[in-house]
Amino acid sequence: MAPPRTTSPDSSSPPEGAKSASSAAMSPDAGVPLASSTASAVDQSRERVVLDDTKIRRALMRMAHEIVESNTDLGALYLVAIPNGGVPLARCLAANLESLAECQPRMGTMDTTLYRDDLAARGTRPRLRTTEMPSSVDESVVILVEDVVSTGRTIRAAMDALMDFGRPRSVKVMALVDRGHRELPIKIDYVGKNIPTQPGESVVFRAKPYDKSEEELFEVVVQGLDDSPPDLERTKKSGGFV
Amino acid sequence: MIGQDLLGIEHLERDQIELILETAEHMQEIGTRDVKKVPTLRGRMVVNLFFEPSTRTQTSFEIAGKRLAADVVNFSVSSSSLSKRESLLDTAKTLDAMDPDVVIVRHKVAGVPQRIADVLDAPVINAGDGAHEHPTQALLDMLTVFQEKGRIEGLTVAIIGDIAHSRVARSNIYGFTKLGAEVRVAGPPTMLPPHIEDLGVKAYSSLREVLDGVDVVMALRIQNERMGGGIFPSVREYSSTFGLDRAKLRFARPDAIVMHPGPVNRGVELSHDLADHRPSVILDQVRNGVALRMALLYLIAGRAFPQNQE
Repeated sequence: MAPPRTTSPDSSSPPEGAKSASSAAMSPDAGVPLASSTASAVDQSRERVVLDDTKIRRALMRMAHEIVESNTDLGALYLVAIPNGGVPLARCLAANLESLAECQPRMGTMDTTLYRDDLAARGTRPRLRTTEMPSSVDESVVILVEDVVSTGRTIRAAMDALMDFGRPRSVKVMALVDRGHRELPIKIDYVGKNIPTQPGESVVFRAKPYDKSEEELFEVVVQGLDDSPPDLERTKKSGGFV
Repeated sequence: MIGQDLLGIEHLERDQIELILETAEHMQEIGTRDVKKVPTLRGRMVVNLFFEPSTRTQTSFEIAGKRLAADVVNFSVSSSSLSKRESLLDTAKTLDAMDPDVVIVRHKVAGVPQRIADVLDAPVINAGDGAHEHPTQALLDMLTVFQEKGRIEGLTVAIIGDIAHSRVARSNIYGFTKLGAEVRVAGPPTMLPPHIEDLGVKAYSSLREVLDGVDVVMALRIQNERMGGGIFPSVREYSSTFGLDRAKLRFARPDAIVMHPGPVNRGVELSHDLADHRPSVILDQVRNGVALRMALLYLIAGRAFPQNQE
């Protein structure tokens, strides 16, 4: 790289892996919310809980019912979680499916980062997350499990990734929150809650184990709620990937 | 790290090394799929600019680029205009006019990748320059050790052989020291550079002492082709003093692993038996090399953004 370009933006660029308009503010293993990943885009002090643990678990139970109702071949189910937020949700959904219909869906985790369409436009590369697809997806009914869906671009990337693993019989999408602002023709089959938002806001799903012996505590918050007119610059920045 | 050159481990920060290793671990999963390809670098061009013959490193970079869907162009010395006496920098500028997204450079003279990086817009990855550095080899060695041992901090690593002429040794000394390992080196006195202790390593002249209690033994290749002779009396003498076999390995920890950057001179640095079987992890090193280079291409390929762009 020639000297004039050595003023590269590694320090000035946004935090690693900032998934601005969305979700994913937690780490599945440590359970530590990485809430700072959205700090640059929204005002975190203006944070409002829109779904608490009880409501989220009710929604997951309702969606499990819907899945049982709309799928005749439960043995073909394959829950594919999109990290980070999708992982604890898929775990909970699987437990619900087991208690409802004694069905034990296959489970996988699939990072979509390498399939994103905005990599070239960013100043830094996002950190990769785990991909683990232990069994074949061929002929399975895949349900992609995501915490917050907005533009639909992550789901697009996930579908592309999925096709590299095989040929599922069908692919459906479950999202805990649909916050609108779709940019691609993506339909959500199982929705926890529709939360209409302004583009400048950020919807974050968190799962925190408050004690190791206890179950995780889920919550969904909306950040950057603001009475002032939407800041165009901010809107542009956070309108990206979900 | 987008748009940044990788010329050596010396100037990498510890957290950068850790980011590269972490990314490489995720890249390994792609190698286990049926379709070993992701579209990440589609439409990007990776140029292998090798002024010195290399099969392993060049192929490894080529596979890494292809697994990320980049276009990989091999610009090798025999077919290049260097044989028409074009200067090194003219070759580099010509190449730059074709807009590569990353250029991999190997040269027998230390410092050439730096010189090329000075004139290129695209980031440059050093694939080995003279006796200076071979950063990707060191990174894949660190990845291999990390995966075998679960950590690097606190381990003891012995590097054995021609330390003075080895870019692999130098890069590994920087890397393992930065990650908190203790590094020891050993070899015939003619192969130990003066002031090697300044790099934070301990030098030994006997295999028995250097191996005492180590977790990782790294044998270096005796590069007959690179030396003018006179560095040691005979290959046979080297092999009996510093060549590794199972009997000598008993001085190391029972769970020690054996590494070699390849290609192995069988019966010289390593016995046949050790070259082929555990505890040597030579083929894991090769496998990890592809994932590691994928990680680097992912993190680096692309021109640096002008600063006003965020």
